[in-house]
Amino acid sequence: MSDKIKPPKEPMPALRLWVHVVAIGWLIPGGGHFFLHRRGRGAILAGCVILTFAAGLMMRGALFQPEIGDMLTTIIYVGGFAGNVASGILYLATVMLGYAQPDVAGHVHDYGTKFLVAAGLMNILAMVDAFEIAVGRKD
Amino acid sequence: MPDMNLTHFEASLLFALVASMVLGVVTKKTDHERVRYGVKCFGYFLATIFGLGWLMYFGHR
Repeated sequence: MSDKIKPPKEPMPALRLWVHVVAIGWLIPGGGHFFLHRRGRGAILAGCVILTFAAGLMMRGALFQPEIGDMLTTIIYVGGFAGNVASGILYLATVMLGYAQPDVAGHVHDYGTKFLVAAGLMNILAMVDAFEIAVGRKD
Repeated sequence: MPDMNLTHFEASLLFALVASMVLGVVTKKTDHERVRYGVKCFGYFLATIFGLGWLMYFGHR
């Protein structure tokens, strides 16, 4: 039997405190931090996400389309698509401007594809940070 | 849009740099801790890049 006592879970903060911050943070990388007047951190996060996404585009990386198949295929394609979409306006603008790079062989294209997903994952980290600032768990 | 042709090493280094910066900014509470953690992460990335690089080099001999 374990003697460890789990600390009680913190209740979910009210939606009105954080939902708009997270939405702005998704749409504009670093936007949630700017909205909360954390301009320095917002600028660094925006710079990192934009640099990673732009590098992915310049390496001609492919954007994922959600695809259902066996478990590995589903994880890769749905996860990759979610990662792409998490870049917010960068992804939306890229798709609207007609970027359609086929998935071709080569390490540069492959890195490009990973950079495009990584940009979205970094933006998710930024959104979580903005959420914690908005609800008062972090300065 | 200009093309970017990076080697494996350059691409890994670029990724390590931006990922370390983001991790430093989002995980710690003071600026001093953020810089320290970012530099530490970058160091770990570099150690992993060089470590795996040498491992693959000897693995292919």
